[in-house]
Amino acid sequence: MENLKQILADALSAVEASESESALDDVRVHYLGKKGALTALLKQLGNVSAEDRPKFGQLVNEAKGQVQEKLNARKSDLAKAALNAKLATETIDISLSGKGEEVGGLHPVTRTMERIESFFRGIGFDVAAGPEIEDDYHNFEALNIPAHHPARAMQDTFYFNPNTVLRTHTSPVQVRTMETSQPPIRIICPGRVYRCDSDQTHTPMFHQVEGLLIDENISFADLKGILHEFLNVFFEDDLKVRFRPSYFPFTEPSIEVDIMRTNSKGEESWLEVLGCGMVHPKVLEMSGIDPEKYTGFAFGMGVERFAMLRYKVDDLRMFFENDLRFLKQFK
Amino acid sequence: MKVSENWLREWVNPNISSDDLVAQITMAGLEVDEVIPAAESFSGVVVGEILAAEPHPNADKLQVCRVSDGSEEFQVVCGAPNARPGIKIPFAKIGAVLGADFKIKKAKLRQVESFGMLCSASELGVSEDNDGIMELPLSATTGEDFRVFLGLDDQIIDVDLTPNRSDCLSVAGLAREVGVLNKVDLTPVVVQAAEVSVTDTFPVKVEATEACPRYLGRVIRGVNVTAETPLWMTEKLRRSGIRSIDPIVDITNYVMLELGQPMHAFDLANLNGSVVVRMANAGEKIVLLDGQEISLREDTMVIADEQAPLAIAGVMGGEGSGVNEKTQDIFLESAFFTPLALAGKARSYGLHTDSSHRFERGVDASLQEKAIERATQLVLEIAGGQVGPITQAVNEDALPVAAQVTLRRQKLDQYLAVSLDKDLVTDILTRLGLEMIEVTDQAWVTKAPSHRFDIAIEADLIEEVARIYGYDNLPSSMPTAAVNFTPLSESKTPIQSLRATLVSYGYQEAVTYSFIDPNLSKQFLPEIEPVPLENPISADMGVMRPSLIPGLVKAYLYNQNRQQSRVRLFETGRRFIGTVEALEELDQQLQISGLIAGSRHPEAWYHNNEKVDFYDLKSHVEALFAVNNGGQPTYQRSECEFLHPGRSADVYLDGQFVGMMGELHPQLAKSLGANQTLYVFDIALEAVLNATLPEYNAVSRFPEVRRDLALLVDRTVPVSELEKVIVESAGDAFKGVLVFDVYQGQGIDESQKSVALGLTWQHPSHTLSDEEVNNSVEQTVKALSEQLGAVVRG
Repeated sequence: MENLKQILADALSAVEASESESALDDVRVHYLGKKGALTALLKQLGNVSAEDRPKFGQLVNEAKGQVQEKLNARKSDLAKAALNAKLATETIDISLSGKGEEVGGLHPVTRTMERIESFFRGIGFDVAAGPEIEDDYHNFEALNIPAHHPARAMQDTFYFNPNTVLRTHTSPVQVRTMETSQPPIRIICPGRVYRCDSDQTHTPMFHQVEGLLIDENISFADLKGILHEFLNVFFEDDLKVRFRPSYFPFTEPSIEVDIMRTNSKGEESWLEVLGCGMVHPKVLEMSGIDPEKYTGFAFGMGVERFAMLRYKVDDLRMFFENDLRFLKQFK
Repeated sequence: MKVSENWLREWVNPNISSDDLVAQITMAGLEVDEVIPAAESFSGVVVGEILAAEPHPNADKLQVCRVSDGSEEFQVVCGAPNARPGIKIPFAKIGAVLGADFKIKKAKLRQVESFGMLCSASELGVSEDNDGIMELPLSATTGEDFRVFLGLDDQIIDVDLTPNRSDCLSVAGLAREVGVLNKVDLTPVVVQAAEVSVTDTFPVKVEATEACPRYLGRVIRGVNVTAETPLWMTEKLRRSGIRSIDPIVDITNYVMLELGQPMHAFDLANLNGSVVVRMANAGEKIVLLDGQEISLREDTMVIADEQAPLAIAGVMGGEGSGVNEKTQDIFLESAFFTPLALAGKARSYGLHTDSSHRFERGVDASLQEKAIERATQLVLEIAGGQVGPITQAVNEDALPVAAQVTLRRQKLDQYLAVSLDKDLVTDILTRLGLEMIEVTDQAWVTKAPSHRFDIAIEADLIEEVARIYGYDNLPSSMPTAAVNFTPLSESKTPIQSLRATLVSYGYQEAVTYSFIDPNLSKQFLPEIEPVPLENPISADMGVMRPSLIPGLVKAYLYNQNRQQSRVRLFETGRRFIGTVEALEELDQQLQISGLIAGSRHPEAWYHNNEKVDFYDLKSHVEALFAVNNGGQPTYQRSECEFLHPGRSADVYLDGQFVGMMGELHPQLAKSLGANQTLYVFDIALEAVLNATLPEYNAVSRFPEVRRDLALLVDRTVPVSELEKVIVESAGDAFKGVLVFDVYQGQGIDESQKSVALGLTWQHPSHTLSDEEVNNSVEQTVKALSEQLGAVVRG
């Protein structure tokens, strides 16, 4: 019995001391093999009294089990250590950059336009497009701006001939939509527009998103509600907004919308961000919509202005230089 | 329009601060551009009187003056040549501060002590005039604070009026508006008809009776044009941005600012026979007040005499007929020209005057008599003279008729989404000067005052009510429109997905101008006549781009010059081909275009500095078509002028030409200054917006078999031809083919190339036997050999 205890202790420590799979195998043969020490004890079972025999047999088998278990565990440990050692030699510098393409980015004007579009799509507006070289009728006449109307001086127009212009706003798209469909009309018209003006704060080409909602019973309150909500959503802020009377030939009442801005010194000032108004009855009528039955509102905003505010760009001209050092800031 | 706040308050003086007044005007729709002080800040300046002026003992150009401030006398050294005894001047005493921090101290000038300074108008910021010291009227009280004397604690309000509100282009008009907003009465200037003292008249013949429905003229004899315009008037003019010229011109300008009626004064001695208001004869010449000679058109109305045009009506007077220093008798004009007759005329001659600005937008057609009487009154006051009777030519039929406009309660409520109290609405309209013809619970029947000729329809009244009530006081809500369910189409790819695809390939989106240099256009597309602008911003933005590529190449060069060698840019936008004479057929197609140059991968530690080539570009083009399975394009050699003839392709979709791609022609690239090879693509956006709804095909459970073939074939045979033959001949179970190597060079005949292909077969319902596959391979090889002369490489 003492012998068994001693053999078991020796076996376990031999397993513990083994540093390789082959050493472990030697230990296994030495203790558990056909001529192994524990196997030998079982062979001596005949020498044990019949009374103690079952008990002794059980103890030896338990010891064998214990050794085997230890062997397995040690084997798996050694395998794991070997793998880890191998993997350690494969270590790389994870701080190096990945291989392959770096992602590019959208132009800030497009990015801004998509933000504006997504708000209006979300409330059921469709996106409409139209030509940029326009006839005088769609750019002016149909918007209640007859020839020589003083409002024409408000927009310096690029001409091709007396009857053909580069559109000064995306409103002609609204006209074309009204001409071909009946209310309810819910559209926004994003795109390039052109004015013959170039200085620090004007570029001869810029982008607008204009919108139009015509239905029965559309009111001034709807205009205020939607546009205020839009500004809050776009700027992710609860903005102070004011609606200021203005004049556009194609809307009446006409409105300019200002938002309150706070500069770094904490000073507040109003900043004009969009123009809008209830669609002028003449404009509806000219495009074949009954102004007695339907009312609607229209609005327009300069995309660059929104992009400048949103991304803190302070030089308008950067938008059209296509300098990669600028563009890459908009990933 | 610029107007002094003090002047405005002479007419209407609500009990509110300047800031509130400015805010109120702005929120009524008369946007205030800026508010500027009437004079620079200074203090310690008084009205002084020069008692004596002696030459300076040690300096030729200086004088030593004795100056009184009303109680004491001071010795002041002065360099102004007009300093002389008896005149009154602004006197900055010791301790006075001019501008921000210019302090007047006791000084010694060439050994003579000086106690203070005599000031020029420009030194005080009240005029540009730097011509000696400012001379004040002798009536000025010596010793009075100069700021008080000139009323300089005032500010100039610059109102940016919208074209519909020309009724506010005068102090009277602005005052009316402020009165309405504050419910305050006006104290208008009192105008009395002048007493006629001579019978002299000058004949007036109006031929253009439609364009000039009212013309008033009056002779005033014996005016003193050398009289000084009073300081109160020149100061008001100055604060409105108008320079003083002579008393007569100043008065006509003053009346225009005060009442809104542009006027003109002729020298009676220069008028021959009669004043004729007529349309110009084509080519007639006139030299204008500003000295330029203009050749007139027939659509232009002139004020003429029996001999020649004297003025462009309502725009500008002529050089020869105006008041000058020798004028003794004048002929005053106060007329109503219709906006339609003047619209755009000044602009068409490159002119813009205070007068044309007002007439184009509209002048109150009932104002002419009042204005001529007011001017007469001022002429008599300032320049004296004998007044003749007014000559009138009126065409009642052509005069504007005050509109009768009905505002319906139901419309008002519907527009504003609120029901305003009836009395409130009546009050607002009445205060605005509208006559209430009838007021019921259903409607207001009104007549607009003559100065509100912009009011013509119901919506105008709705706007007026909303404006005076305050836009910010009106309710706000979200519309409750019916929810609109539109099918979610999968047959179109959103443009966002295409942009995203290029962005993932490392492209930055560019936005280049739609107009380009005509020379650049010609360099790229010599065959195309680009659409020219009539009034381009500059010559290098002279024509509409017939392609997006020139703009992208320019953007590349911009970046190349800024040390950016790896460039990937794309743009979406319209190109313009055709002529505006056939506008309907003008091609304004949306394109998606790109440019790549430089290394294939960003420069990095793994040393892959290979440059991009045609096939990089092609993978990007293929990707655009692959998004949402938009169709399988085919490629043919391109003959595009700006591309490398051997390294370019035209792109076709379903047999339709949709664009091109390839290496920019090396010669063009070189001449533009590109220092590396550029690759560009230009595809019709519409062609890549197609999408195909995916449809499931059962996936075979049986193994796929692959066989590789190495073929030798004539090097001019495109690989796509090999693929085509394979697809046709490889049997039913054929699955696909890929090219895994193309080689030409050593070991192969010069006329040939080696192409290695991997072919796969898979049957939907059984495992393919070797025999089956071998048969297919055999058939394929045979077809390749027969049709293309390809042989399996030994």
